[in-house]
Parts: sequence; structure tokens; C-alpha cells
Amino acid sequence: MSLRMPEPDTAILRRRPDIVRALRAIVPGDSVIDDVDALRPYESDGLTAYRQPPMVVVLPETTAQVSAILAWCHAEGVKVVPRGSGTSLSGGALPLADAVLVGMAKFNRVLGIDYADRLVVVQPGVTNLAVTRAVEERGFYYAPDPSSQIACSIGGNVAENSGGVHCLKYGLTTNNVLGVEIVLMDGEVVRLGGRQLDPAGLDLLGLVVGSEGLLGIVTEVTVRILPRPEGARALLIGFPDVEGAGKCVADVIAAGIIPAGMEMMDRPAIHAAEAFVKAGYPLDVEALLVVELDGVSAECDHLIEKVAAIARADGSTTLRLSRDEAERTAFWAGRKAAFPAIGRLAPDYYCMDGTIPRRRLPEMLEHMRALSRRYGLDVANVFHAGDGNLHPLILYDANIPGELDRAEAFGDDILRHCVALGGVLTGEHGVGVEKRDLMPVMFSEIDLRQQQRLKCAFDPKSLLNPGKMFPTLHRCAELGRLHVHQGATPFPDLPRF
Amino acid sequence: MMPVPLRPTSSDELIDIVRALGRGQRLAIHGGRSKAGIGCDTPDAVPLDMTGFAGIVDYDPAELVLTVGAGTPLAEVEALVRSENQMLAFDPFDHAPVFGRAAGRATIGGVVAAGVAGSCRLSCGSARDHLLGIRTVSGRGEPLVAGARVVKNVTGYDLPKLAAGSWGRLFAMTELTLKVLPRPPVQATLVLPGLDPERAAAAMALAMGSPAEVAAAAHRPAELGDGTALTALLLRGFGPSVTAKRAILDRHLSDFGPTVLLDGGEADIFWDGLRTLAPLGDDLPLWRVNVPPSRGPAVIASLGAQGAQWMFDWAGGLIWLGFDGDPALVRAAAAQGGGHATLIRGPASLRAQVPAFHPVASGPTALEARIRRAFDPAGIFETGRFGGAT
Ligand SMILES: Cc1cc2nc3c(=O)[nH]c(=O)nc-3n(C[C@H](O)[C@H](O)[C@H](O)COP(=O)(O)OP(=O)(O)OC[C@H]3O[C@@H](n4cnc5c(N)ncnc54)[C@H](O)[C@@H]3O)c2cc1C
Repeated sequence: MSLRMPEPDTAILRRRPDIVRALRAIVPGDSVIDDVDALRPYESDGLTAYRQPPMVVVLPETTAQVSAILAWCHAEGVKVVPRGSGTSLSGGALPLADAVLVGMAKFNRVLGIDYADRLVVVQPGVTNLAVTRAVEERGFYYAPDPSSQIACSIGGNVAENSGGVHCLKYGLTTNNVLGVEIVLMDGEVVRLGGRQLDPAGLDLLGLVVGSEGLLGIVTEVTVRILPRPEGARALLIGFPDVEGAGKCVADVIAAGIIPAGMEMMDRPAIHAAEAFVKAGYPLDVEALLVVELDGVSAECDHLIEKVAAIARADGSTTLRLSRDEAERTAFWAGRKAAFPAIGRLAPDYYCMDGTIPRRRLPEMLEHMRALSRRYGLDVANVFHAGDGNLHPLILYDANIPGELDRAEAFGDDILRHCVALGGVLTGEHGVGVEKRDLMPVMFSEIDLRQQQRLKCAFDPKSLLNPGKMFPTLHRCAELGRLHVHQGATPFPDLPRF
Repeated sequence: MMPVPLRPTSSDELIDIVRALGRGQRLAIHGGRSKAGIGCDTPDAVPLDMTGFAGIVDYDPAELVLTVGAGTPLAEVEALVRSENQMLAFDPFDHAPVFGRAAGRATIGGVVAAGVAGSCRLSCGSARDHLLGIRTVSGRGEPLVAGARVVKNVTGYDLPKLAAGSWGRLFAMTELTLKVLPRPPVQATLVLPGLDPERAAAAMALAMGSPAEVAAAAHRPAELGDGTALTALLLRGFGPSVTAKRAILDRHLSDFGPTVLLDGGEADIFWDGLRTLAPLGDDLPLWRVNVPPSRGPAVIASLGAQGAQWMFDWAGGLIWLGFDGDPALVRAAAAQGGGHATLIRGPASLRAQVPAFHPVASGPTALEARIRRAFDPAGIFETGRFGGAT
């Protein structure tokens, strides 16, 4: 593991019994976990290459408890890591040895549904899919649909600004949240946004969404819900080369069509998926598109023909149009199973998440092939083609010494190239610990310092989820100075992690 | 001495201006001044004209991304994207007509800084939802970049969200990257005539909850038009879809009577009225009240009794209000409705006494103040236009 995590503060570790006692005074019963074996399930999130058992876990169930926990930790200088369902792929919920892990799983209630205003108020531990489950009988759903939706929590979605295959048309989490209740590190409870569309004052809600658990702990979320579209139809389109597939995506959009989903898989991903679920995918193509259209049925029927005509003109060699729900589901089956399917090809895989301008896709894939040869590791690509969000999966074996390091170096090179092509380090999974040290590839020292000043406005002692997102830890007092010195000022007394 | 007025044309010039500011000097950022009538007058601040940052930097329709100088006129941006059959989906508009002047002044930077969004905000989101990236000069006199030029990005804090609706109080935006979307080829406006406010809100809620993908929903009461209240629903899409959407709506709204198709000219007049706000007249102080849609009728029930003129947009969630009664009544009704009220237009004497923005709870206020100081520690953008610096 190439990433260094902070040296734990031994003074805090020595105080562990006191800290456990103080937490028990706030949250009674067995909701404070300090037993070594019981801590183990919390030692990593979805980025399983990184493991660190927390000092102690606390599972509050009221906002007042969260507030009391944070206020106490703030006063005592104890670090805190928030956790939802632990599915983050960037290590956002990775514990620290000297930090209290605040698990939000007990905040699991749907608090209210308002069909007239088309919103749902939930506690943050409610899973993404449970929101849709709560309203589907009345024909509504919650649009953002990360593949992890049966497990991931709304609080985690808010923290990561999660997306899904439908976000080109329906937006990310940030476009579907109306308000939150958030507890700041000093224990103060603040409401941001509300049940109306525009905020009063600065859009602090917009800042909190995607802040990766660094600004506060979210204790309530109000989301917008949408009426379920009348229909949906999909196309399965194969191309003899990636260029053709890329051109088809661009031509669909140029024709004024925003599909509900537009996913691409490359040859290795197609083969892995077909071997795994037998979805009927063609094996003689270099790129496969799944394009889904939703809305009123007449529109789906109209547009599916238009997309088919575009695909033909762009040289597709496989073209199937779903005739019923069963067929539509079958087209998706391989794409939905792509991660586990690729996972069968090697003992371990590493899922990346960069975005590029779509037109650069062919050169990006070419570059990846060269990197694959250089690192001696295979890579398969699943791609949210509509919005340029790439998910290369790097295959490796963690039991072979050095292979994890090589996989990570490969991944870093992919992300650097995303930025070089005019894209970004992460499209939906977040920076976390994973991409923390790459932040200077995208941002200047001035930009990073300014982002940290925002952190200071919420958490002046830097106690909440430290070690995530920012490559260099600056003291808030230093950042407060008006004029920045040239370059980063080294702080030998502060851990650089 | 500062040269007055200031009109930088590069970030470096702007940085020099910020760094050369004397103690206590403030910069009042403006584009086309189309919204100059909002907030208090600020005679002591030095105007900072951003129209020097004009021009299209990059536009790739297939990528759905447009990068422009912040001082580019909104009209120019809209004409450009329209030429590619695209649109700014947040439906921005020029405030100049609201203040009795010809449209054409608003700049894209001003529109985004004010968080302006029109009727289709209901279905498509606001400026904040379509602002992907920004280049700015902060109150520290530093060039600051945030967001990116791709449509999907979660790298670092989402500063573009803060920028949209920041009203020039955090930094001066020099360049914006916006998401653009295809313009639907066909649109149709259906109306239900003669509904009272309660029934209008109920009909709009039903329409928005139907699968007809209604793009905008608004209501103009009888007093403002030709004597008939109109509840209007905007449908957009491809030819066959608009027809199908209309059939869905007719089924869902059967309790409210048959829908009537407005002809193109009448429809344009109706929706234009929600941008120019001409139906409310130009002599009354103008308020913009934002509440959950279902609370719209209650807000106007209390204020209508006091003589307020009004229109609903956003299915009842946005109330445009012409009212020359006690401003405290407006703020109380908005708060009672679970929302807030902004004073958009009024005589200088009123604006000097009544802050444009609804006072918010103390928690967010203190947090906001810390965030403002993070970008602008000396308060050079705190002109007093929106109340005192905190
Ligand atoms: C198989 C799989 C598929 C996935 N597919 C997608 C996908 O399609 N799209 C996508 O965007 N992501 C995807 N993810 C990533 C992940 O599911 C999302 O990032 C999700 O939002 C994380 O939610 P969580 O509840 O598991 O949060 P956690 O992993 O527990 O935490 C994530 C971050 O949120 C913070 N956090 C959690 N709860 C709170 C709270 N209440 N208040 C403040 N901070 C909090 C944590 O500190 C951490 O920084 C996938 C993950 C897996 C394992």
C-alpha cells in the first residue's frame, strides 16, 4: 500500500478508555463498540485495499446524540470519521486509528412523504433504493441510482454526490436534494435548504453535497422524487471499433436526444460479462453500447428508431431494439453484472473513476492499452458514455508482491491522463484517500488552499475526517493569512499524510 | 487614486486592481447593470465593470459544454446555443424589463451570480445545476479555479454551487463553463381556465406528479389578464411525444375540465409575462417569494386580502408579488409558508430600510459569514448592497 496514513496521536490512544466512557454516557447500551473483534467489520469501506480498525465505533440514533458526540470530541480534540454503509470506492469512510467512527446506520427511518410537493424526508442511514421503495406504490421514484443502491445510504450519497447510469438525464445527487440537517464539528445543528427550490442566502447545501464527510455529519435529508416515466426501451449496439461507438454517442446527442442511460463497454468487459451472465452480447465487436430511452411511450418508440438509424449510419454491426421489458432487462443484465464479471478474471480488481471530454475517448483507450502493456496488468472498461465518466477496472493479484502498487501506479497514470485530456480525477466516486495525492494534478496550490479555507469555516480544528481529499494539511490559522507565500509552507510539526 | 470606473479585461488586471485597493475601499461588481435596482444603492463603492471579460472561449455542442467570458451578454450566449439547436436549460432571463428598460443588457456572469432561472427551473434546475466550472479572482486578489469543463465531476468541493447566487460577494467571476442541452423541437402550452388559487395549485401538483413530463407550470389570476384566470402547463419534446403528453394530462386533469391549447402567440405572451412581470404593473414594489409549491395558496390568501397582486410560477413554489403594504407582512407570510421573500424592486427609500434578502436563521448566517471571509477576508466585496458586512 503506497499511501501513508497519519501517525496516530499516542496521547489520544492512551485516553481510549475515557473516550469510550464519555461516548457511553451520550449513547447508552451496546451502541458504543470497542471490542477488537466487533470493530473489524468497520476497518475498511468499498476500497478494500486499505484497512484500519477504528479506535471506537459509536452508532447514534438521534441528532441530539450526534451533536453531543461531536461537541465532546471537539472540546477534547478527538478526530471523527463519519460512515454510512461503507460502500465508498475512494476510502472516504476509511477509519483512523485515533478517531471515533460515527456510524449512521441507525438513522434508518423515512420521516415523511409529500406527494403534492414531490419530496421525501429521510434519515441519512436509509438506503438509496429504500427511498424509491417508499414511494413506488404511488408511481414515484428517486432518480439518482448508483449501482450500489441496495446498500449505500442517502447520507453517503450526499457526502459523495453520487451518480448512476441515469444521471445524464436526471442529474447527480446534488440536483435532487432540497435540504439537509447537518451537525457541525462543534455540535451546532444547522438546516440548509428546505422544501422549496431556491435557498435563502448562499447555497451552502450545494457546498455540503459532495463534501465527503469533511464539513459536518448529515442527520436528515430532503430529496425530490419524480413520477416514474410511462415507458422505457433500450438498444444494444455493437461496433467494430471504438471510434464508431464514440461517434454514435456524439451523433445521438447532436440529434437532440438525451437518453436516460448510455453505457459503453470495451472488448474485455463485453467478454467477461457474456461469460458470466450469458446476456446474449455479441463477441465479435470492439465496443458495445446500451442506450436507454425513457419517458412517454410514444417518445420512446419515436426516438428508438432515430437512435437505430444513427447507429446504422455510424457502422454498427449489431443492432437490437428491445421489444418488451424482458428484453430491455436482458440488454442491461451484462452491463449491471460487469463489475463482478470482470472480478472473476483476476483475484482482485481496482475500479477507477475519471471523466474526459467524450471526443477524447479513442485516444484515452489507446493510452490505456499502452499503460496496460507497460505495467503488465489487464484493464477492462465500463464507461458512462453520455457524460464521459470512465470506469477502467485494473486486474491484479494482491498476493503477488508489488502488484497492488503497480495497479495503483497504473490507476494514477490513467487519472493524470484524464486531466491532461481536459477531464477530471473523479466523476462520481470522490477523492477520499484514494485520489488525495493527485489533487495537485488538477488544482493549483492557491485553489487547494482556498478549498481548505472552506473546511476551516466548518471545522477550524480539522477534526472531521482528516486525511481525506487534501494532500497537504495546513493549519487553519496559517490559511487565514491574507497573502500566500510562494508555494507550500512546510510544517515539520504537522503530519503530512 | 483609483481610475473610475474600472473595466479590466484580463485576470491579471483584475488582480492588480484588488491588490491596489486602499483600506476600506469596496468593489461593486457589475455586468450589464440589469439588476442594479435590487438591493440598496451603494454610492461609496467603486464600480467594477466585468463586461471586459466578454467572448466565447470554447463551445463544443456534442460535449454539451460551453465556456464563456463572464461579461458576455446573455442574448449573445442564447443566440449562439440556439444556432446549434441547444439551450441554457435553466431558462435564464434578463431583468432589465422588470426595471422598465429594454432587454439586452444582462451578462451571463450576472445572471449566474444572481442565480436567475425562469419557468423551466421547475423541471430543469437552476443556474447552480448547470454551472460546471468557474475562473474567478477572489477578495484575496488570487486567481481561483473550481469545477471543470466536463459535465460530470466531483473532484474537490463544489464551488460553482456557491458561486451561483453569490451576488458578487465572494469573488469576481471572469469565466464560466456551463452545461447546455438540446432544445426540444416542439412545445405546446395547455391551459385550464377559471381556476381559483387553491384549485390551480392542486391541478399543477397533479400535472407535475403525472408522467407527462411537464416542463413548466404557472398560474395568472383573473385580475391580471383579460378577466379569466389561466393555469398553464408547458409541454416540450419531439412531435409525437408532445401529443402523447397532452393525452396523459387530459386524463389526469379530467376533474379540472378540459385543457385548451394556447396558440403560439398567446403562449409567448403568457410565459413572457413571468419574465418581464409586466402583468403586475410597474408601480408596485415587487417581491419574489419562494415556498414549497403546496404553500403558495396560503401565502397569497393572506397577502391578497391586503391588496397584493400576484402570479404563481414553479407550480406555486414561486410567487411574484406586487405589494405596497408593510414589508413585514410579506416576510411573515413567506416564513409561515416555509420559505423566504426577496425584495426585487422598490423605491430607494424602501430598499434602504428593507434588506433585499430574507433574514435567515443565526446558524447559517454565522456559517455564511465565515465562508465569505474565507474568500474575501477584508470584505472588499461587501458594499452594503445586501446589508452590513458580517
Ligand atoms: C459495487 C459498488 C457499486 C457502486 N456504484 C456506484 C455508482 O454507480 N455511482 C456512484 O456514484 N457510486 C457508486 N459506488 C460508490 C458508493 O456506493 C457511493 O459513493 C455511496 O454514496 C457511498 O454511500 P455509503 O452510505 O456507503 O457511504 P460510506 O462509504 O459509508 O461513506 C462515504 C463518505 O460519506 C461520508 N458519510 C457517510 N455518511 C455520512 C453522513 N451521514 N454525514 C456526513 N458524511 C457521511 C463518509 O465519511 C465518507 O467520506 C459503488 C460502490 C460499490 C461498492
